[in-house]
Amino acid sequence: MFMTVADIKRILNAQVHCGDDLMDKEVKTACGSDMMSDVLAYVKDQSVLLTGLVNCQVIRTAEMMDMVCVVFVRAKTPSEEMLELARERGIVVMSTQYRMFTACGLLYEGGLKGGCRVE
Amino acid sequence: MAGDDFTRAGEASGKVKNAMKQLGLNSDAVRKVAIAMYEGEINMVIHAGGGQADVDITPDAVLMVLTDHGPGIADIDQAMQEGWSTAPESVRNLGFGAGMGLPNMRKYTDDMKIESTVGQGTTVRMKVNLK
Repeated sequence: MFMTVADIKRILNAQVHCGDDLMDKEVKTACGSDMMSDVLAYVKDQSVLLTGLVNCQVIRTAEMMDMVCVVFVRAKTPSEEMLELARERGIVVMSTQYRMFTACGLLYEGGLKGGCRVE
Repeated sequence: MAGDDFTRAGEASGKVKNAMKQLGLNSDAVRKVAIAMYEGEINMVIHAGGGQADVDITPDAVLMVLTDHGPGIADIDQAMQEGWSTAPESVRNLGFGAGMGLPNMRKYTDDMKIESTVGQGTTVRMKVNLK
């Protein structure tokens, strides 16, 4: 039994900005952070990134980490430039009303684990 | 790599990553190279006004040489410490400047060498083994 992007959308009552056709993608772990350097130190792939930071480098970071999905917390919305980057790279982008702590908690309760570790 | 536009930072690393994927290289190596290059690219944009990256892909390894003509690094050992950063406030607001760039680059590569002269620039050489 694994979690998909569709499950994340449902659990976080999220709004999808791009990647409607990628809802079946499996998500294995999650990372919640506003510091991209910390995200880059995080090893696992097929992950979802929860963040309150809104700039193009969030999408670039997700690309480098082979992340499946980016969720902006606190209802923050990405720019069109960010969405274009995400579409080109096959990354789902969503927004949720929940704040970081609650969003992470809901996903954790739903069975998604973090497992951030530094090699 | 252009140093005047933070939005474009990451473009070069993305291209290298795609090239490696198209070559069918193993995904762990692709990710390590992509992250190391991306951190290096961000460093050059933040501190040096841009720079140049040369990437060689051989059957055994990926070799990256990142060169800039920025201010140089006065104390390389200090710069390699986790958390040590000279990034300006504007960069920290963008989610960078936590002082993890160089340590991350070292962590994800199998070999890393930094040569730098204050006032002239910096060259970072990195290697990720494919076998």
